[in-house]
Amino acid sequence: MYPEKLRYSKEHEWVELEGDLATVGITDHAQEELGDIVYVELPKPGAKVEKGKTLGSVESVKAVSDIYSPVSGEVVEVNEKLADAPEKINTDPHGEAWLVKIRVAPPADLGDLLTAADYETYIAAEK
Amino acid sequence: MAVPTALKLTPLNSVHRRLGARMVDFGGWDMPVQYSGILDEHNAVRNAVGIFDVSHMGEIEISGPEALALVDFVSTNSAAKLTPGKIQYAGLLYDHGGFVDDILVHCVAEDRFFLCVNASNQEKDYEHIRDANRWRAEVDLASQRYAQIAIQGPKALATLQKLTKTNLAAIRYYNFVDGEAVGVWARIARTGYTGEDGFEIYIDPAAAESCWDAILEAGAEFGAKPCGLGARNTLRMEAAMPLYGHEIHASISPFEAGLDWIVKMEKESFLGRAPLERQRQAGVSRKLVGFEMRGRGIARDGYEVFSDGAPAGWVTSGGPSPTLCKNIGLCYLPVQKAVAGQPIQIQIRGQLVDAVTIPTPFYKRAR
Repeated sequence: MYPEKLRYSKEHEWVELEGDLATVGITDHAQEELGDIVYVELPKPGAKVEKGKTLGSVESVKAVSDIYSPVSGEVVEVNEKLADAPEKINTDPHGEAWLVKIRVAPPADLGDLLTAADYETYIAAEK
Repeated sequence: MAVPTALKLTPLNSVHRRLGARMVDFGGWDMPVQYSGILDEHNAVRNAVGIFDVSHMGEIEISGPEALALVDFVSTNSAAKLTPGKIQYAGLLYDHGGFVDDILVHCVAEDRFFLCVNASNQEKDYEHIRDANRWRAEVDLASQRYAQIAIQGPKALATLQKLTKTNLAAIRYYNFVDGEAVGVWARIARTGYTGEDGFEIYIDPAAAESCWDAILEAGAEFGAKPCGLGARNTLRMEAAMPLYGHEIHASISPFEAGLDWIVKMEKESFLGRAPLERQRQAGVSRKLVGFEMRGRGIARDGYEVFSDGAPAGWVTSGGPSPTLCKNIGLCYLPVQKAVAGQPIQIQIRGQLVDAVTIPTPFYKRAR
């Protein structure tokens, strides 16, 4: 369920780091908790984001939830497909429905994020 | 998963858990917000049939030789016009003209009335009615004696008809029959909170689980789905039906909420009549109006509404409309702006996003 190559935040975002380029999304657990996602608000390319600060928001039928950036850096690409198909986050949260790609400010260190196994333990305890 | 003891449970609580529902604290009640998903459940009600546990709703019974006098005094509508088997939607108002609650008044017999009231208001409503009782009428908070299941959608009749000998087609909208369903006593009312045809049945809590299972099974051939409070809210919002605590509350009058039709000013006296008379003469300053988003964004309850660049009102309910595939909402605006076709802006996380007022209901079923 939770790919080993990703790292996970306690706010339920995932990150995949390749060099200094971080792809960010929300976890399967997050989409499951939110229910049917109908709207995504994301920063524009070029926007500076800060770790732990709001990156954007996702809205389900019921409610709005903030997305927190798991890394600091500059947004270089936004998944434009989600504007017209936000429901992809429900069906493929760890793949096709990535949210943004961020050029991470050095040092690119994901050391404080959770591994897949630790994240699964974390969400199991949260229930 | 342990349920905090403070939460109240309906007789169907274990059924929701068995079905894997996502449960939420809804005004002190442990209630299902969704099972398969809000959109899926919403569409089941619009296209086929959905089943809702609404046992959290309260029931108040008023009986005795002067029951009618009490009901007519606390209700804004004309209880005197009710005959056995008929139902009225009504406001229960404070002296100052604001809402205590909105209620359904069922006339069981000339000297016996059955009120369905909002779950989190039931104790308050009961005290309010008792305080107003200066007649030979008995007021009984009867919620413990009833479970309530709503069967809603174009296939509601076909579903429920399999389980009762009562001729459901003969029950007209806002009428009810005391009969049997699934082998037990049932008060079968043709009412609902979804904008679709359907029934709300009141049954013995002990029979709730077997009734629920039988109804789901009877509806299976039509694609019946158990539905939670999430879909209940999107459905009622499309139908522009008010929700207590949102469109109506203690500082809102029926005229402001556009519920003039449930206020019978020709009645000589009822609770809240004097301030309503003054409002009728002077006119109200704000009114409820529907809107749809033009810009990208979803309006939510409590967001500020702007008109001509200045704050003008607030959103009472807002969200996506699954049936209409647009983002809709209801808001209060100054009366001159509370008409269709007005450009407005909704403040969404600091940004003003364009919207326009439109007529309600947003959705009306084809008959």
